[in-house]
Amino acid sequence: MTERELLSTSGQEIVFVLVGLMVLGAAVLCVTTRQLVHAALWLVVALGGLAVEYLLLTAEFVAWVQVLIYLGSVVVLLLFGLMLTRAPIGPSPDADSGNRPVALAVALASAACLVTLVVDAFRTTWIDLDEPHGRSDALGDSLFRTWVLPFEALSVLLLAALVGAIALSRARRARAGTPADGGGR
Amino acid sequence: MDWLDVAVRVLAVLVAFLVLPLLVGQLEHKAMAHMQGRVGPMHAGGFHGWAQLVADGVKFAQKEDTIPDGADRLIFRLAPGVALVPYLVVLIAIPLGPDGMVGQAVDAGIFFVLAALGVGVLGSLIAGWASANKYALLGGLRTAAQLMAYELPLLLAAASVAMAAGTLSLPGILDAFEWWWVPWQLVGAFVFFTAGLAELQRPPFDAPIAPEEIIFGAYTEYSGLRFALFLLAEYAGIVVVSALTAVLFLGGWHGPWSDQLGWLWTLLKTGVLCFVVIWARVAWPRLRADQIQKFAWTVLVPLALAQIAFTGVIKVVTG
Repeated sequence: MTERELLSTSGQEIVFVLVGLMVLGAAVLCVTTRQLVHAALWLVVALGGLAVEYLLLTAEFVAWVQVLIYLGSVVVLLLFGLMLTRAPIGPSPDADSGNRPVALAVALASAACLVTLVVDAFRTTWIDLDEPHGRSDALGDSLFRTWVLPFEALSVLLLAALVGAIALSRARRARAGTPADGGGR
Repeated sequence: MDWLDVAVRVLAVLVAFLVLPLLVGQLEHKAMAHMQGRVGPMHAGGFHGWAQLVADGVKFAQKEDTIPDGADRLIFRLAPGVALVPYLVVLIAIPLGPDGMVGQAVDAGIFFVLAALGVGVLGSLIAGWASANKYALLGGLRTAAQLMAYELPLLLAAASVAMAAGTLSLPGILDAFEWWWVPWQLVGAFVFFTAGLAELQRPPFDAPIAPEEIIFGAYTEYSGLRFALFLLAEYAGIVVVSALTAVLFLGGWHGPWSDQLGWLWTLLKTGVLCFVVIWARVAWPRLRADQIQKFAWTVLVPLALAQIAFTGVIKVVTG
């Protein structure tokens, strides 16, 4: 971290801002488009753009993990769900829900919170990008030495979410009166 | 790194991308013909029909490029590109020989390669949806289910090698390679190669394509050059998965006289694995979609976890 003058832009920073605008545009399109699968594909663009941003910040490892987990698995899962519900080609008029204003309010509030936090935390500190920061060995060191407790807490949280999801889906099926396996025969 | 060096490397990767899949395609024609006791295409080009694939390419280019009426036109056109380009990108990171004989040494190479492979499958997924055809949709569904099941064992097996080598970079793994890694990581090699085969939807894991039940799945509505691009993506995928297995589990360029002939060893090991992929197509019947799922979750995932535990134990004991 070094102090640097504001507004002395390098090519890397210009590209960073441009890609950031692209991510923002794709994200807005993702939530406003009326075509369900197009929304998932705009999500691909937004998440891929984020990976490019990580690359520009020399966080190579995080960028590849972003592509692997989000593009390779999460989006595939989303598309799988959309295909199972036979998402139609063309606009779906019922894709909107009445929660639109609430969702907008929550999005704006969380964005404001995050922007304030980041601006307040870093202010005018600049990362020196000439040496790579996100090398996998350095990242592994800090993750499994310094931050190992939050890491483990997160994995327990995810496990709890997983167990909860299974419990919820089984409870609903039991209430519907069909056996948990081989139902509907 | 000067511009000439970069240009030469990019050119070499491009040439490999254009030549190797065609060689695999030709090998498939010939190997399948011999294994099935027939001659195969023998006329185009004179000697043993060597120009058959070129003739096929010309034929594909001349065909009409049809797009179904109800299709999502933009995504339908985009899909073959999404399927093909990641394999080109992956080739950049696969080391061919010692001392920097690699397109670009990537620090987290394993993750880069597997991430790009995962993106490639998005191509057949969106192709299946955008075709507005129920068989294509079924194919897309099976592709997605298969991808989600086999991504995990693929990653775990690769992670085992990364643990053994203590690095995520592909040239780094080869630098650390010892001959006894082959028996040590044998189970991981099996898991990786099988899961790779399933990600490519090659037989016996080709239920998403299955011409006899869902008439080529996601590719049903494709014709002409776009269909050829999907075929090319399949062959490029065979090359990439074989090359990765060779690099991660079979020692890549290691072998006698590896200082001079390292690249030949890599190509040789890759070629043998490509042959195994083709052999599997001729030798085994197609698994049902549910058998494919069961195989992934009840066989490959436990095997991969056992391999990781084994790798960890050996690493700690000898470490």
